[in-house]
Amino acid sequence: MPDPLPADSVGLVTPQTYHFDTPLELACGKVLNRYELVVETYGELNASASNAILVCHALSGHHHAAGYHSADERKAGWWDSCIGPGKPIDTRRFFVVSLNNLGGCHGSTGPSSTNPDTGSLYGPDFPVVTVTDWVNSQARLADKLGIECWAAVVGGSLGGMQALQWSLTYPERIRHAAVIASTPRLSAQNIAFNEVARQAITSDPEFHSGRYSDNLTLPRRGLMLARMVGHITYLSDASMGEKFGRELREKAYKFGYDAEFQVESYLRYQGERFSESFDANTYLLMTKALDYFDPAYEFDGDLANALQGASCEFLVLSFSTDWRFAPERSEELVRAMIGARRKVSYAEIDAPWGHDGFLIPTPRYTDVFTAYLDRVAREVGA
Amino acid sequence: MRADLEIIQQWIKPGHHVLDLGCGDGTLLDFLQRERGASGYGLEINPAHITHCVSRGVSVIEQNLDTQGLANFDDNSFDVVLMTQALQAVRRPDKVLDEMLRLGNEGIVTFPNFAHWRLRWGLALSGRMPESEALPYKWYNTPNIRLCTFQDFEALCRQKSIRITSRKVVDGQHQNSWVARLWPNLLGEIAIYRITRENSQ
Repeated sequence: MPDPLPADSVGLVTPQTYHFDTPLELACGKVLNRYELVVETYGELNASASNAILVCHALSGHHHAAGYHSADERKAGWWDSCIGPGKPIDTRRFFVVSLNNLGGCHGSTGPSSTNPDTGSLYGPDFPVVTVTDWVNSQARLADKLGIECWAAVVGGSLGGMQALQWSLTYPERIRHAAVIASTPRLSAQNIAFNEVARQAITSDPEFHSGRYSDNLTLPRRGLMLARMVGHITYLSDASMGEKFGRELREKAYKFGYDAEFQVESYLRYQGERFSESFDANTYLLMTKALDYFDPAYEFDGDLANALQGASCEFLVLSFSTDWRFAPERSEELVRAMIGARRKVSYAEIDAPWGHDGFLIPTPRYTDVFTAYLDRVAREVGA
Repeated sequence: MRADLEIIQQWIKPGHHVLDLGCGDGTLLDFLQRERGASGYGLEINPAHITHCVSRGVSVIEQNLDTQGLANFDDNSFDVVLMTQALQAVRRPDKVLDEMLRLGNEGIVTFPNFAHWRLRWGLALSGRMPESEALPYKWYNTPNIRLCTFQDFEALCRQKSIRITSRKVVDGQHQNSWVARLWPNLLGEIAIYRITRENSQ
């Protein structure tokens, strides 16, 4: 944590755990009888509970979206660039809720939790959850927090899918949805990348069909490869070129297979770090949640028809160099919203960072996002 | 309110679904939403304008008519498609007019008149490309790449079997003036046209 603390930081935050014991029916047909969600909140809920914003995390995300857990923590939460006093999600006006989704590995019930019915780890037996399941669990959390209706549900990437799903599943409980760097469904190419990641994990000899904990080991190699391939899709050719170019770690070629180029050692380092801190079963589960997401599916592929059920207003943002969920995917979503006559504003942010653009405070991104949420705040009296 | 917008808003009925091509900072759409109970979208490419629209609650879509067209909008999905002071800045005004009447029951178009006497006079006298309040740019940096006169526009409409149901002419301050009505192609600076398809009711 920097000293002194910047004025636009939420500062020290402490996560809280909420217990739920009303059974949650999942899309796969299974039921979770009891579960826990770990949650962080920033700002204050107003008397009429009208100023709450739900922040949804992306593939490898978690509840720690802003501020610091301790004075020793070096890096702030994953969306600290957007959450804080005076930032787009202004904590002086909004009560911000950020959770670790079901199936996660940062404290909420997931594959690395103990199954209360059996007393042993869930591991690969943890049910595959979907975006809709997450939204349902988030609605339970809203009940517990006394939030009848969100001022807005916001998220980037997989988080944007949750915002979109909220607008469809609970239209009466959401006033605005910000769907950022997202897509109404994965393309074959997106699913293909996820499949490579899953194959990397499941083919690691240490994976043991997901029961690596019972074998006192971890599929580090597989998880590292999964992260490496994923990481490439988060960046753009230009941003990688800018960051690494063809730079070598040492001056001359060594004609071997060690990490010689800076980009190789960067990816290995990122992959290794990730493999120590993330659960492989959670990674598999989250990539499946991505693959299955397709709100148009029940409407014969007609997204505009699906969106007839929504009543909130939308902000859709894309990033020019994002090739994972390219601007065209956001435009497909906007087209359907227009077809359904929903209120929507759309901007394509010119930024070099690829898919990661939604985490980086480009001035125009900050401006549009701030302008939108400022209006939301005025509307809900925050 | 600017006189041209004042004229346009009278043509919008409560509940109309409106598309505004080149909506600027959203002034007109905002007014139509609040005062006329209309709904709809604005298309814009200027980032500052888009942010302005967003902050006032106007639904704005970042979309470039020249490069992206209007294919993402369905046939007959709007009551009125508007285009104020932007027709002269698109690459193919003729195709945009077709698209406007594909999407909307009715089109409303405003543009500056290149045959206004002051522009004619300026060109005749100085031999240089004219500039005016409505056209304040140099020839090399102007976004107005398809300038035309009222007569040119009306000829194009005839050729395309587009029916002009109304035409109002205002001066550079967007004021209604009797002189402009008298001899529009010479004395009018900005025209506001209401158009529909020939076979439309």
